[in-house]
Amino acid sequence: MADPTIERRFKTLVLPHLNSAFNVARWLTRNDQDAQDVAQEAYLRAFKFFPSFRGENARAWLLSIVRNTFYTWGQERRQQPSGTVFDEEMHSLEMSDAHQDDNPEAMLIRSESQEQVHRALRGLRLEYREVVVLRELEELSYKEIAAIVGIPIGTVMSRLGRGRQQLAALLAPMNQEK
Amino acid sequence: MDHKFVLELLPGYLDQELGLSEALEFERHLDGCEQCRQAYAQHREVSAQLRQAALRVDAPQALAQRIEAALPSPRVSREKLGERFRRWLGSRSLSWAPVGATLASVVALSVSMSLYLAVPSPDQRLTQQLVDDHIRSLQSDHLFDVVSTDKHTVKPWFNGKLDFAPPVVDLAQQGYPLVGGRLDFVNQRPVAVMVYRYKLHPINLYVWPGNDAGAKPQVLEQRGYHLAHWSAAGMNYWAITDAGAGELDAFISDLRAQLAA
Repeated sequence: MADPTIERRFKTLVLPHLNSAFNVARWLTRNDQDAQDVAQEAYLRAFKFFPSFRGENARAWLLSIVRNTFYTWGQERRQQPSGTVFDEEMHSLEMSDAHQDDNPEAMLIRSESQEQVHRALRGLRLEYREVVVLRELEELSYKEIAAIVGIPIGTVMSRLGRGRQQLAALLAPMNQEK
Repeated sequence: MDHKFVLELLPGYLDQELGLSEALEFERHLDGCEQCRQAYAQHREVSAQLRQAALRVDAPQALAQRIEAALPSPRVSREKLGERFRRWLGSRSLSWAPVGATLASVVALSVSMSLYLAVPSPDQRLTQQLVDDHIRSLQSDHLFDVVSTDKHTVKPWFNGKLDFAPPVVDLAQQGYPLVGGRLDFVNQRPVAVMVYRYKLHPINLYVWPGNDAGAKPQVLEQRGYHLAHWSAAGMNYWAITDAGAGELDAFISDLRAQLAA
C-alpha cells in the first residue's frame, strides 16, 4: 500500500533531480526520445526502491538507477527476437534539441566550436563518456561516481584521464585553428 | 615521483581530488617536466571546453508531467473505481437492482474481510506511529520544543509537562550530542522525546513509564528507519534513526551504560 508520507518525501527528495536524470540518460543513450524513456523508467524504479533508500545523496542514488536502467534497457534491445542488433552507432546521431522546438525561448543555438565539443563527447566510448558526463556535467565527486558506476575511485580517475585524452585528440584540429 | 605515476594522478589534480601531499608532489614534478605540463594544460582545456559547450539540456516539460502521472497515486485510482462502479449501478435498469445489491454486499463483505485481515497489531501500530512521528519531526521543523545541548536545561523543561521525570543523559563524549527535547503524544499518552544527533542523523529517543518490553533491546526496521525498543527501571524506551542498524546499536549500548552509571 502506498504511503502518503513516502510519496511526499519522494517528491521533495527525488523529483527535483529530473534534469540530472534526463541529462545523464541523454548522454548515455545519445538519443532524446530514448533518454526520456530511460529517465521515466528509472523514476518508476526509484519510487519502488525508495523505501529502502537510506542515504543522504538522493541525486547520486537516482543517477545510479538511471545508469542501471540504461544498461538493462540496452540489453533488452540487443535480445530483441527480430534479429535487429542494437547498434550504438545507429542510434547515436539522433540526439537533438527537437523537444525544445515547442519552446522557442529555450532554443539552443550552439556555436560551431560548441557543436564540435558536442560531437566529440558523443563519439566517446561509453565507459569513458559516462564518467566524463558525471564529472564535467553533473559535477559529482570521484567517490560519488565510483558508487554510481560501481568501480574503484582509482578507476574513475584513470577513465577520466583517458576520456579527456581522447577528447583532446578529437578536438585537436579545432584547437589548432584558434 | 616517477613520470608515469604523475600522469595517472593528473585527473585527480585537475579535479582537486588528491590529498595535500600528493598534490604538492604533483606540482613539484610539474615544475620540472615540460611533457607533464603540456598534458595538464591539454586536459584542463578539454575540461573547460566541456563546461562551456552547453552540453546539458533541461528535461522537457512533458517528461516531468509524464513521470508525475505515472507515479502511483492510490487515492485517485480508488475514487475512480468507486465512480465507475456507481456509474455501472446507475446505468442498470431497476430489475437489476437486486443483483446490484447482492454485488454491493459481496463487495462490502470482502472489503470488511480485508480490513479485518489488515488490522495491525498494537505493536505494529505503535511502530508505525513512531516512524510517522519521527518523519514528521524531521519535516516540519518540529524537532525540538527546547533546544539545548545541556541536560540540565532539557530535563527541567519537562517538569510540569509530564507526570514523570524522564532520564536525560549526555552522550556528547560518545559521539551523540544531545540537541534538544520535545513533548509528543504517542500511544495515547504524552511522552518525552530526547533528540540526539549522530553525525547528521537525528536520533529520537522516546521515553514513557511502563514495563512493556524486555531489558534486551529489540531492533526492527521499517521504511528504511531502524527502531529499538526496550524497558528499564520502569521506563519504556524507543529509539529511532536513519543512521543505520550498527549506529543505533552503538548508541543504545552507550545510552544504557550511561543510564546505569
